[in-house]
Amino acid sequence: MVGPHMDEHRVDEQKLDPQPAKGRGVGASIPRKEDARLLEGRGRFIGDMRFPGQLEAAFVRSTLAHARIRAIHIPAHLKGRAFTHDDMVGVKDILAKTGLPGFRVSAQPSLAHLKVRFVGEPVAMVLAETRAEAEDLAEEITVDYEELPANVDMLRAVKPDAARIHEDWPDNVFLVSQTEREFDGRLAGAPIKVTREVRTSRQCMAPLEGKGCIAVHERHTEQLHLWTSTQMPHIVRSGLAECLGLEERRIRVVAPDVGGGFGWKGLLQPEEVCCAWAALTLDRPIKWLEDRREHLIAAANCREHHYIMTAYAQADGTLLGFEALAHVDAGAYSVYPFSACLEGAQVVSNLPGPYNLPAYRCRAYSACTNKPPIVPYRGVARTGVCTAMELMIDAVARAAGREPYEVRLANLVRPDEMPFTSITGKAFDMGDYPESLRRAHAMIDHAGVRMRQARGEPDGRRIGIGYATYCEQGAHGTSVYHGWGIPMVPGFEQCGARLTPDGTLELRLGNQSHGQSMETTLAQIACEVLGIDPDHVNVVHGDTAMTPYSTGTWGSRSAVMAGGAVASACETLGERITRIGAHLLQAPLDAVRIEEARVVGPAGSVSFWEVAHTFYRAPQNLPQDADPAGLDLVAGYRPVVDTGTFSYASHACVVAVEPETGEVEILDYVIVEDGGVLLNPMVVDGQIYGGTAQGIGTALYEEMAYDEHGQPLASTFADYLLPGANEMPPVRIAHMETPSPNTRFGQKGIGEGGAIAPPAAIGNAINDALADLGVELTVSPMTPRRVREAVAAARAKGAALATGTARATGGVS
Amino acid sequence: MKPARFDYARPVDLAAATAALMDAGANGAAKPIAGGQSLGPMLNLRLARPSRLVDVARLPDLRRVEEGAGGVLFGAAITHAEFEDGAVPDPTPGFLPRIAHGIAYRAVRNRGTIGGSLAHADPAADWPTTLAALGARVHLAGPAGRREMPVEAFILGAFETALAPGEIITGVFIPRCAAGARFGYRKSCRKLGEFAEAMCAVLSDRARGVHRLVVGATEARPLVVTEAAGLIADPAGIDDLLCRAGLGGDPATFRLRRAVIGDAIAALARETTPESLTPSMKSVAP
Repeated sequence: MVGPHMDEHRVDEQKLDPQPAKGRGVGASIPRKEDARLLEGRGRFIGDMRFPGQLEAAFVRSTLAHARIRAIHIPAHLKGRAFTHDDMVGVKDILAKTGLPGFRVSAQPSLAHLKVRFVGEPVAMVLAETRAEAEDLAEEITVDYEELPANVDMLRAVKPDAARIHEDWPDNVFLVSQTEREFDGRLAGAPIKVTREVRTSRQCMAPLEGKGCIAVHERHTEQLHLWTSTQMPHIVRSGLAECLGLEERRIRVVAPDVGGGFGWKGLLQPEEVCCAWAALTLDRPIKWLEDRREHLIAAANCREHHYIMTAYAQADGTLLGFEALAHVDAGAYSVYPFSACLEGAQVVSNLPGPYNLPAYRCRAYSACTNKPPIVPYRGVARTGVCTAMELMIDAVARAAGREPYEVRLANLVRPDEMPFTSITGKAFDMGDYPESLRRAHAMIDHAGVRMRQARGEPDGRRIGIGYATYCEQGAHGTSVYHGWGIPMVPGFEQCGARLTPDGTLELRLGNQSHGQSMETTLAQIACEVLGIDPDHVNVVHGDTAMTPYSTGTWGSRSAVMAGGAVASACETLGERITRIGAHLLQAPLDAVRIEEARVVGPAGSVSFWEVAHTFYRAPQNLPQDADPAGLDLVAGYRPVVDTGTFSYASHACVVAVEPETGEVEILDYVIVEDGGVLLNPMVVDGQIYGGTAQGIGTALYEEMAYDEHGQPLASTFADYLLPGANEMPPVRIAHMETPSPNTRFGQKGIGEGGAIAPPAAIGNAINDALADLGVELTVSPMTPRRVREAVAAARAKGAALATGTARATGGVS
Repeated sequence: MKPARFDYARPVDLAAATAALMDAGANGAAKPIAGGQSLGPMLNLRLARPSRLVDVARLPDLRRVEEGAGGVLFGAAITHAEFEDGAVPDPTPGFLPRIAHGIAYRAVRNRGTIGGSLAHADPAADWPTTLAALGARVHLAGPAGRREMPVEAFILGAFETALAPGEIITGVFIPRCAAGARFGYRKSCRKLGEFAEAMCAVLSDRARGVHRLVVGATEARPLVVTEAAGLIADPAGIDDLLCRAGLGGDPATFRLRRAVIGDAIAALARETTPESLTPSMKSVAP
């Protein structure tokens, strides 16, 4: 197919040669290469794909949160069209164990077996020519349930008398994670002791594109091809191979264009296993596309935390110690590969955040409940712990009678302490945390806001200012992950690099870009190393057949890990290009160098085109001892220190709160972020904006509520509210660029940060606005109703106090 | 999220539409559809399962606009966007484009119709409350002929109307307001474009001696005060009004409604006279 788009990219030496690549490498805000395709509607997502003979799947899903399955009634005419667990003979349950002592294993059947454990759990799969017909047929299937008590509230689910979700367990606890450092009884005498209860709500990740897959039995190669909307094709392949009992060479997993993931596409999905099994069994392509209703019901799977915390501080707010009892609602099963406990364990290790805590004690329960299994969502545990810790910092500041930002400054790890090992052993690489806060404080015009606050608003609303500071561990390596003992440990990241016969470059990577702009930023790294224009670089990703193994795109790791791998591969390729170039130039190897996609010698230069052309098409011009390995290679990378990068940021915002209606408007929002060296600042800004929008959702809008029977109370976006363009304030971003000493270009992972701090900053701002009413909200999202109720409760308390005082003084004034 | 099977008919005139709705073959479960902005999602969620959809969006009777001295009769299939864009005459000093502009999102406004909004009778929708405040009348046609009634008589409760089997809304008559009339409108939505948690519309047309106040989003039929001059002059009566209407229960909702009604009344005084508005500003809510 030669269309206008192909024409544009036709390579001729004329065009290749003088193209200045300078200024398009690391640090350049070049436009995204993927945008033309995506914005013109030329992207290809699962929903765009159709294979001959394809059937579409609809799932009969559990209507109850907790029940025994007595019988599944399938009309006779659906034989060969409808399947249950009993049909999937030989398919293993999805198992995501951990090596953590005390972890309880949950086996997740791809179709429910004997019991259902959450509303939305797949019970039967129905296949038809179209999804609509499959849904019609699915309605004909009935299930007899014996309803069991549903574990809806995680605080009650962990009690000994709660109905057991996995019947061989002694209780409904996946794992208790805990730590205690330098914590002793002397803290009880601290001048300030502040205790608070904080709760965050269950959310859906709601990517623009839902989950989806098509499984195809490729008879000619005896392979199963799974086209799937995933962030981690290689991990899905391993997990699928284990479930189906196939050798991995028999499976190819391809992620085409993927419209956002945020974690929801970072797992092996039961529906993927079902479709793969059906494709092999029926020898027909099987497609499943998650619809919004399925997503909101069966994938409300993240963010639900509960904390009871006490901060101990000196009279000026300097922290002396901190203790917490935390619960994470981990849902019904342990998902592959991250397990049910990543979040709870990270609560323990990340709650201290960017602060220098002298003493710390924390226990976190990963509670098993009758809700969808927890999946790590952008920010993972850090959005919860940042909300919890930052609300506490403000509470300490109020107790100390100081500005919250001053108390933050007093407790943040200082730059002269870097690199710093936190009380939970986190190795902060480099940075100036207090400076990010000082800059945010200046950008938000703190003094001006306080003056405006004192003046009062003409419309009767109240103004508040709030801050939050966090650090974000990204690009976790082997040393961080092997201890979890989960099915996946990141290690060496690899990149395939091939100079094509016309001197352009193909990069092949095993991760997946689904909004991270890696087709652009990784090409910029090639440009940085080889001087080749990013427009002449193809980044191939997301296909197990084409790319080296990778654990995929998660944990803010790709800029560091894939970026490092691209640099390694390009460097190795560069050496090989140089050798051939030196021969063509008849110059000694140490006298030539690569510049602007040319090999430059003392008396002239040759282009990559000439080098590649010689190797592939005119090998007679190479010396006898030329390296047969050629211009196609795989090279790998692992940071010397693999404990992760720590980007960090301070968010500050100003809100207006209407105490009668509870309405909150964000008037101003600033972010001072340090992502180390930015590969493409425009892309980084985009990541921060997007994350911040999701954080605003956590702060003010998003909540999957359940009734006492475990029924989800939202099944459309009319009830599950996502922030839209109108709810996004103009966000002002400033960058600090402290290079990480541990990565190839000094870059740090920043993909999740935007989603971490907004609930904390906005929550603190709301509480600041309502402080003189005695209002302090500690439950997110801070909806208008919660604000109104908190205002009413504070007034009632104030009235009761006034009455009490009047009584105590005998009513004498 | 695919609808259950249904038949689709697009009749050419009103008589054919009535016949299609009444046709025995449709089991009496036929439903008219115009913009489909409420019915569409209900079909996809299989909450509505009509055996036949009768598309009335292009019926000439429902697309006409008749302007008279006393007001304008709008065909039921006039879209929110047509009001917003000023593509149809406005018998009020700019109220209709302003209200239309605040309905959901532009994509919804492009297809959603004024008649559909009334027929759906979502208590939190903009048109039922607004039209009740403006004293509009609903025009109906069905097997028993044509009839008309005030909006507040048409809406019987949440998602409940006076529509008889086979009957459809043909149009809405909106009386002409005096040039100096003012309209206070306030709704509290969790996010822009969402259905309101509380809403109130107030019309103060001194020249005509018309003062009406309507409280919407009540989870029942709108609360209509036809003689609202007293309440407008002294909003202290709001509490009593809400309590008498049985809306005094949940304190958090009560306070929200009280604030929203107060804001709507206060907005009457703040409203700029329409003559001073540029055309582009007319469609922007204050």
